[in-house]
Amino acid sequence: MIRSSSIKALEERKGFIITNEKTVEKDIKCNEDSLAGVVSQRACVYSGARVVLNPITDAYHLVHGPIGCASYTWDIRGSLSSGAEVYRNSFSTDLGEKDIIFGGECKLSLAIKELVERYQPELIFVYSTCVVGVIGDDLSAVCKSAEREYGIRVVPVQSTGFAGNKISGYRAACDALMDLIKENNNPAEEKEGINILGDYNLAAEMWILQGYFQQLGIKVVAKFTGDSSYQEIKKAAKAKLNIVQCAGSMGYLGKEMEKEFGIPFIKVSFFGIKDTIDSLRKIADFLGDRQLKDRVEKFVRKKSVKVKQELEFYRQRLKGSRAAIYVGGGFKAISLIKQFNDLGIETVMVGTQTGKKEEYREMKELSKEGTVILDDANPSELENFMKERGADILVGGVKDRALAYKMGIAFCDHNHERKHPLSGFEGVINFAKELDMTINSPVWQLLRSDLND
Amino acid sequence: MLDLVPAEIKERESLVVNPAKTCQPIGAMYAALGIHACLPHSHGSQGCCSYHRMHLTKHFREPVVASTSAFTEGSSVFGGRANLTTALKNIFAVYDPDVVAINTTCLSETIGDDIPSIIGEVDIPEGKEVFSASTPSYVGSHITGFSNMVEAMVKHFSRKGEGIKTNGKVNIIPGFVNPGDIREVKHIVEALGIEYILFPDQSGVLDSPMTGEYQMYPAGGTTVGDLRDSGNSRATLALGSFASAEAAFQLERQCKIKPYILKMPLGVKATDDFIMQLIKLTGHEVPFTLEEERGQLVDIMADTHNHFHGKKVAIYGDPDLVIAMTEFALSLGMLPVHVLTGTPGKAFKQEIESMLDEAGLEANVKEAGDMFKLHQWIKNEPVDLLIGNSYGKLIAKAEDIPLLRLGFPILDRSVHSYFSVLGYRGAMRIIEKISNALLDRRDRDTSEELIEFVL
Repeated sequence: MIRSSSIKALEERKGFIITNEKTVEKDIKCNEDSLAGVVSQRACVYSGARVVLNPITDAYHLVHGPIGCASYTWDIRGSLSSGAEVYRNSFSTDLGEKDIIFGGECKLSLAIKELVERYQPELIFVYSTCVVGVIGDDLSAVCKSAEREYGIRVVPVQSTGFAGNKISGYRAACDALMDLIKENNNPAEEKEGINILGDYNLAAEMWILQGYFQQLGIKVVAKFTGDSSYQEIKKAAKAKLNIVQCAGSMGYLGKEMEKEFGIPFIKVSFFGIKDTIDSLRKIADFLGDRQLKDRVEKFVRKKSVKVKQELEFYRQRLKGSRAAIYVGGGFKAISLIKQFNDLGIETVMVGTQTGKKEEYREMKELSKEGTVILDDANPSELENFMKERGADILVGGVKDRALAYKMGIAFCDHNHERKHPLSGFEGVINFAKELDMTINSPVWQLLRSDLND
Repeated sequence: MLDLVPAEIKERESLVVNPAKTCQPIGAMYAALGIHACLPHSHGSQGCCSYHRMHLTKHFREPVVASTSAFTEGSSVFGGRANLTTALKNIFAVYDPDVVAINTTCLSETIGDDIPSIIGEVDIPEGKEVFSASTPSYVGSHITGFSNMVEAMVKHFSRKGEGIKTNGKVNIIPGFVNPGDIREVKHIVEALGIEYILFPDQSGVLDSPMTGEYQMYPAGGTTVGDLRDSGNSRATLALGSFASAEAAFQLERQCKIKPYILKMPLGVKATDDFIMQLIKLTGHEVPFTLEEERGQLVDIMADTHNHFHGKKVAIYGDPDLVIAMTEFALSLGMLPVHVLTGTPGKAFKQEIESMLDEAGLEANVKEAGDMFKLHQWIKNEPVDLLIGNSYGKLIAKAEDIPLLRLGFPILDRSVHSYFSVLGYRGAMRIIEKISNALLDRRDRDTSEELIEFVL
């Protein structure tokens, strides 16, 4: 008998929260607008676009709007660069009252001019924000005229904050990228190697993948967008295959590139041993070279033996714990459940901000009966379910860290703020280490006793 | 990015590079969190609310809740009335706050939603309060937003009670400061034996103790009763003209309460002035505790003055804090050579320049400036120490200058919000930090044969 949740939830929220019952065929509601008046964790269209494009290291990211939009997203991802550092600056038109009344196009033109004069950029992204959408500045026209005048690429990103959700922002970013890729497409050129889509080089994760491909002799043509550059992105159309890690943000680009250039894509995940191995095999299968397949087998054998040995130590210290997951996209949630299963940790709650129906189905498949599954949750729901299901750890983003700690629950960051790479074989150990550090911290002991004991 | 800043300065008209401010709504949200059991509500798109919560969470390392009207395309075409009405219904049904403090965003301001009239049409549960502040992101800065929200608190709550002459209390508006600072201000006023109403008060809200239970509305915060009663106090002390003066003036207009606009009590002189003003108003005497603290501070200043005398310093951040810190730096014998705030307002430049004039010094001073400009100044005239928020760390790294973290936001260090930089004790802490930053640097740079145990 499964205990159904006793949590006070709004009638309108009920379809967005389900309890995993294997015998009941019922889909969760998802991919809808949040209710007005909720403490939502979700961001906006602009945020979606910015997080996708920001890691392009030599691009000038100019935010057309009031200062806040630029301020809060200044160096937002912690994506690392092996070369240029331009992207770590925050450029904005800082719109004022006058611009709102008379229009901001002049200010935008002038800001582009000032950028060009100071830095001689090759590529500028101009982001539209909420208020720009309302006052109706013609971003495309301003960008086009700047391109003509200065002979550089000035790409508008249609990311007006209210015009959809974060997913619309991912699309706006992918559209901007397509614009750049098309520019240099040469169908006559022989195709070779792969593009990596949906990795942002947080804590050097892209470098781990690149290292693998280098050892296996797989050429990487372009990276989207962790540690990438304008020149690199322009070459992307010549790749043989696209591998898509974060499908939420880059699945669309994969599809568009298939349509436009005939490049097929496969979904991969480098979170967890099993997913990492499966992904490497998938890539080798696709590239279809016997020698490559052998190299992959040898590589994963060597790597996984070592990782499994190291992991055993942590498995002993972690097994029996109960985990709650609340992350941005479904793909990450799925990977996490698998990794928890590997570590002997039971997932008791799993939710996302932007998960899709099929992803939720997979979460249901992977998790146990009784697991709470929820879409677009708010802090009080998270709090109640974590308490009710006795979670020992929450995996989530920065806003949830403080909530978990306040409840005396361990926390692991699996979002923009992470400081250790969590992908590949190395990431498996880092993840286990982090879980151990927080779940087994002596601080929780203090909480369980007080002065009167 | 560190080599991208050229020393040559060209004036810019439109392009802001690396902002030294952010937008109004976050200041308003922070102010609203200083009311007990208040849920700040952001009337606009979800992104704004999410960014503000994230930023405040990073600075305080505490859960920050706020709700949003979750605008979509429909609301921005037809107006946000329906969203706000639904939002208020949902907020009271799910989160049950005592007070909802609504702030606007650039979006809702531009489409022109009339918030007070929408509030007027909504059925608000008995005993609950809903009020709003107009905080367009394209005007002023987060400090302006803070000021607007505090002024809105006065407008909504403060009332002169019939037949009540005075409650004998003093109103204190501490400004955009950390919970630790607020606790220090209370300590001073309590040491003087003065009854007070302090608002907004984030202590106990954003530095609440860990109990293993998450409380959406922790014990702290100014109560609605106190906010109402602020209309019966004997005077209002606004600590900092940018963040707090408007609310004090509003109290004067509304309830005839005399406003006193003081500097933020950071450093010896500003703390002295704060205490002397309280004494003048109440006739109380300075207790030994405060005399002792002041004496300790001056003693420390004498012990350490050789560490920082004549050192060049760049100070940046929010205007009230920068003004007070500049005064304190001067009193320590330091030379402020670059002083900058991102917040617009001519009073900043005037105030800094008059202090510098008095000291016979000249400096680069700018309001509505950005971090790029500050970096350029430093390239042209290097300093020994930077004082400001986390956004100075790249300049500090590029130019190899120690950074004393002070102000908002501090995203890369923890625990700072629990300790005060205000009052005599706060000044001692600042001196300790400045001295240690400079001495650490000296030890690092000293050759082996010159290193000493005693400095």
